[in-house]
Amino acid sequence: MVAPTLLEVSKLGCVRGDRRLFSGLDLALPAGTFLQVTGPNGSGKTSLLRILCRLLAPAEGEIKWQGEDIRSLGEEYFTSVTYLGHRHGVKDEFSGIENLRISNALNGIEISNERARGVLERMGLAGRDSLPARLLSEGQRRRVALARLLTCGTKLWLLDEVMTSLDKGAIALIRSLIEEHLAGGGIAIVATHQDLELKTGSIERLELAT
Amino acid sequence: MLRWIVWRDLTLAWRRRADILSTVFFFIIVVSLFPLGIGPETQLLRSIAPGIIWVAALLASMLSLNRLFANDHQDGTLEQLLLTPQPLFLVVLGKVLAHWIVSEVPLVLVAPLVGLQFDLETETLRILLISLLVGTPVLSLIGSVGAALTLGLRGGGVLISLLVLPLYIPALIFGSGAVEASIMGTAPAPHLSLLGAFAIVSLIFSPWATAAALRISVE
Repeated sequence: MVAPTLLEVSKLGCVRGDRRLFSGLDLALPAGTFLQVTGPNGSGKTSLLRILCRLLAPAEGEIKWQGEDIRSLGEEYFTSVTYLGHRHGVKDEFSGIENLRISNALNGIEISNERARGVLERMGLAGRDSLPARLLSEGQRRRVALARLLTCGTKLWLLDEVMTSLDKGAIALIRSLIEEHLAGGGIAIVATHQDLELKTGSIERLELAT
Repeated sequence: MLRWIVWRDLTLAWRRRADILSTVFFFIIVVSLFPLGIGPETQLLRSIAPGIIWVAALLASMLSLNRLFANDHQDGTLEQLLLTPQPLFLVVLGKVLAHWIVSEVPLVLVAPLVGLQFDLETETLRILLISLLVGTPVLSLIGSVGAALTLGLRGGGVLISLLVLPLYIPALIFGSGAVEASIMGTAPAPHLSLLGAFAIVSLIFSPWATAAALRISVE
């Protein structure tokens, strides 16, 4: 059985300032693929992920999602993509529940308080879900950000160094989240140096050189 | 969706109330300095009142513009807003609306009160209120373009003033013109209509410009 290719990247190039980070990058990712992007600092891992979610314009090449150019898909593309970056996008003034509900609502998914509480409990934040995020530790804030993965329902996950400041338990949690996601026909592209040791899904590696 | 953006920004502002108060107090203090400095010359005060109150409103709105996108940019929520499945100009419109409610409406409301120091008549105070009500959305809308363009720049605070204040000039002329007309006993309506037209033009164009500027700044 060959899964259909969801994400197709051809001859992608990226230039930041006057430096060429990578060029001629080709990828074809079918459903259920985990792609680990590695490479030394400054090799363009973050840039690649940001290009894939259209935060950054590529210097050349094209990206197709389900056979269509992502630029012509417009806002519709964002119903299929979730990007989590270095800065986790958690508001200090809001509690975990509020953060989760608002970020979901802005993506068109309204969830109840109970659902948000349940999700945060699975992320290991039971009893802390009503505290303002500024009172949480760095790792706990990242868990709040990661909680979105459980509710977003998108096919393509772009995770940039999400494992920083997380303990072993949280990393095991991410592993199980990604395994579920892959089993459900999703794609996860993760920029990390740590090995996630996934047990299911087709695992690919992309090493960016300087 | 627009509802959520506005609700989010209003709640955030409420949890940082000090920021709102500082803008309002800045406005009150700047306006009050003039009668104190000039002394009880009612004729002079009356004739300079429209310009001073309007200029103070422009300067006060400068204080709050930096915050429009900077906080969201810092904690990464702005990136997430750019990745939501709705047109970006709607997101911008929601944020601008919240900014207007939080930073400009309080100024509009205290303006008649501080206007009393300039010995303005009730009718003139009413026109002042109306002119600010019509004109302050312009400040938020055009200001958002400047805030988006200077996002993440060092010394963005000064740059934003240099960019945005010249663009405020039409609003300043028609806004203070309306109040002046009312003091002179002529009709303020033409000034207010022009101010309203300017507000509509900026409502149509600035969310697009801000959206484009945000995409560039976040890159």
